Amino acid sequence: MSYILNTPEDQQAMLAAIGVASLDELFSSIPQQLRLRRPLDLPPALTELDLTGHMQTLADRNAHAGSHVCFLGGGSYDHFIPAAVDALAARGEFYTSYTPYQPEVSQGNLQAMFEYQTLICQLTGMDVSNASLYDGGSATVEAALLSMSVTRRMGKVVTVDSLHPEYQQVLATYLANLPTQLVTVPVPAGRLAPQRLAAAVDQQTACVLLQHPNFFGGLEDVRAVADIAHQAGALLVLVVDPLSLGVLQCPAALGADVVVAEGQCLGNPMQFGGPYLGIIACREQFIRRLPGRIAGQTVDRRGRRCWVLTLQTREQHIRREKATSNICTNQGLLALRATIYLSLLGPQGLREAATLCARKAHYACQRITAHPRWTRRFDGPTFKEFVIRDTAGQVAEQVAQAAAEGILAGVPLARWYPDLADCLLVAVTEKRTRDEIHRWADVLAGPVHQVVASHA
Amino acid sequence: MRNTQATRMLFDLSRPGRRGTVFPACDVDAPALDALLPAEALADAPPPLPELAEPDVVRHFTNLSTLNMSVDTHFYPLGSCTMKYNPKRNERLASLPGWLHVHPYQPESTIQGLLQLLYELQGYLAEISGLPGVSLQPAAGAHGELAALMVAAAYFRDRGEHRSIVLTPDSAHGTNPASARMAGFDSVTIPSGRDGRVDLAALRGQLDQRIAVFMITNPNTLGLFDAQVAEIAELVHARGGLIYLDGANMNAILGITRPGDFGADLMHYNPHKTFSGPHGGGGPGAGPICVAAHLEPFLPTPVVTRRGAHYALDYDRPRSIGRVRAFFGNVGVLLRAYCYIRTCGPDGLRQVSENAVLNANYLLSRVKHFLPVPHGDRCMHEFVASAERLKHDKGLKQPAMDLGKRLLDYGFHAPTVYFPLTVHDALMIEPTESESKETLDAFAEALFHVSGESAELLHDAPHASTISRPDEVTAARQAQVKWTCE
Repeated sequence: MSYILNTPEDQQAMLAAIGVASLDELFSSIPQQLRLRRPLDLPPALTELDLTGHMQTLADRNAHAGSHVCFLGGGSYDHFIPAAVDALAARGEFYTSYTPYQPEVSQGNLQAMFEYQTLICQLTGMDVSNASLYDGGSATVEAALLSMSVTRRMGKVVTVDSLHPEYQQVLATYLANLPTQLVTVPVPAGRLAPQRLAAAVDQQTACVLLQHPNFFGGLEDVRAVADIAHQAGALLVLVVDPLSLGVLQCPAALGADVVVAEGQCLGNPMQFGGPYLGIIACREQFIRRLPGRIAGQTVDRRGRRCWVLTLQTREQHIRREKATSNICTNQGLLALRATIYLSLLGPQGLREAATLCARKAHYACQRITAHPRWTRRFDGPTFKEFVIRDTAGQVAEQVAQAAAEGILAGVPLARWYPDLADCLLVAVTEKRTRDEIHRWADVLAGPVHQVVASHA
Repeated sequence: MRNTQATRMLFDLSRPGRRGTVFPACDVDAPALDALLPAEALADAPPPLPELAEPDVVRHFTNLSTLNMSVDTHFYPLGSCTMKYNPKRNERLASLPGWLHVHPYQPESTIQGLLQLLYELQGYLAEISGLPGVSLQPAAGAHGELAALMVAAAYFRDRGEHRSIVLTPDSAHGTNPASARMAGFDSVTIPSGRDGRVDLAALRGQLDQRIAVFMITNPNTLGLFDAQVAEIAELVHARGGLIYLDGANMNAILGITRPGDFGADLMHYNPHKTFSGPHGGGGPGAGPICVAAHLEPFLPTPVVTRRGAHYALDYDRPRSIGRVRAFFGNVGVLLRAYCYIRTCGPDGLRQVSENAVLNANYLLSRVKHFLPVPHGDRCMHEFVASAERLKHDKGLKQPAMDLGKRLLDYGFHAPTVYFPLTVHDALMIEPTESESKETLDAFAEALFHVSGESAELLHDAPHASTISRPDEVTAARQAQVKWTCE
């Protein structure tokens, strides 16, 4: 095995130095009756050449955004990733390094973390960011827990049904074991009517969780929601699309107290949902309640500027059961990619990307709804995603047929929203061309002329 | 040689008008933004990000990377956390477009290769652990702990039992009690015996109907296999409780013994340490969990199933805890674990553990002559030496840290220090199987050499790095966590 360096001669010399006769003797502390008395039932070892063929064969059985035209969204997007992101993040000094526990030999990672935190603050307008969490869904939960800790209100967390349904599920999973009620305000119009929220928020409420643009792509009336939350002494946790901030008002200006986001769209590939990048940023006064790692600036013993992991007394390896969270890792490599991506785009690039998304999404929506079969499901402004309804009621069949024709046409909403079983969530990024949009609309509007087995 | 100009902060390198990425002109109708979106939703200006050209960015991050130690460049004897070699083939194969650019909501018929691989991986992890139920969803080891404890909570709820306490040994990772609390349990610590193993008398004293889970790390953080584990499992099971295995140290027992066979009901893997996933400067990891058959219905949703020749995501799991994150899991990390398991095969995995244990014992045999190893002459994958003697000999306040810092000057990453808490001035050393005898010899010699150096040299170490001994107290007190314009 090429990853083990010990030769048989090395092994003999080492066993002799230890003072044992065999490798087996090294395991004498494991009682015989607990030993596995057979080889593991796993396939035999593959050489690199064999493994390459095997992996290529399996990978070839998947459609992907390179082989198909992708109009899928819902928290994961086919945005353009500049080559420099891949080239720099592939440096072994980044991706094979460990958590920066020894700052003297980790200044590269620590400075990049500090730059990431700064960029996230610039993007959101918030005061402080941590060095990242697992993903947007778990970051949303951590924001709720932070809010409960800051407000000292364990009673209630209020969210709305236009928050990503899987984020809602993660919240429900975490809160199931805590004495906290999760209230979900319905959003039948695809956009929250703030007065509906007012009835759900009370003096026990730790926070209101709102997504903007929401899961359906719609813009929410964030300022009105912030007012309702603040009047009750609750925090507003705003879940955002980081790329939208190239054109939309920054969350701080809208009244957000905590900002959460999925950072996949910032230079990270879709890879079937992970690893992704959980972004969390908040007001200065909550910094000691923030979960996860934070890089801080300081000076060394000779007065040189440098960076360390800081405020570690919040964390599990010091505080154990009293820590702000059990989280141990951040998503260092993905945060690094986001840092490189934002450095490459800069303010103008981010604005261009966001503007292209908005224009192309609106164009696509007009194009498809020009066909009488497809209608917009919800009124109101949208950013890069929108929901369309198939008046023919053939969403599953149409999606399967489109896939067979090389188009990933949209995300059927039936899995999460039975009322929207005839609807498709469509995302249009800056990568989609006029021709692709036309083809997509033609395929969606065309007849279902073949029976395609649908497993979706 | 150092390029200090390029490693200035991004924000100091910024110059108005520089661009790294330019997007194509819009090829569809291009109305003004305020014709598409309400004016009050729009920002007056884009965010104040730095403005840089591509060469600026490339030189900046390339030079930053050279300030890191990494497994590609250095030996990391970082006990408990450690890093083994990260195979290059895994990077290439996990980056094939058919994995990298797959959207999580594609129709199942378009991702059969991926689902097959994940299904097979579930099977491999079940076989290696001896526990048949597998969830690949958790994003990291600590996340796996939490997910598994939520599974335990749901199991007890389902049975109508009210059990509120999770027991953890004092040598456990800090994530154990933190995860227990997040899953809604109270965490109670069990002291270790003098031999570093679980104190059975103390455990018996705690066992009653309130105990939900006993969390054990085995082999433990002292590098010892606790042979009492089967007896502990019997005791806990007899009271209706469950055994959780913190699988941080699975790299020591692959193909030798299995958690499911020594009494564990639930466990997580740390694929970075056991299955060679790169750590990326602090993540991403993954934290797949395995559970006994009676706990399988409670695992997170979805799991991958096979229906004839078709692979599917099973969402129809009414007793499931739900989700612990959005989407499927950290697939990129799981792909690398799959490549590693397929590269090693059953014999290779066993050799991984044999050589990890051989390397640790060899290093122990060299180190014990100058630094005491309080828990004996034999270990599994790691051992814990004590630098306490240097406190008295040299008047150092934190001798383990000083030795670790000085090792950096010799081109070795520091061991884990001051953990576990049960050994004074602990130096926790874990070499892994992917190091040579020559490297281990060189490390032992360096450690021997530095342990004889003067207090001054040690106290101010490292001397060869770009910075030395950052002021962490000031960093925490003033908490400057972002760049500000000066």
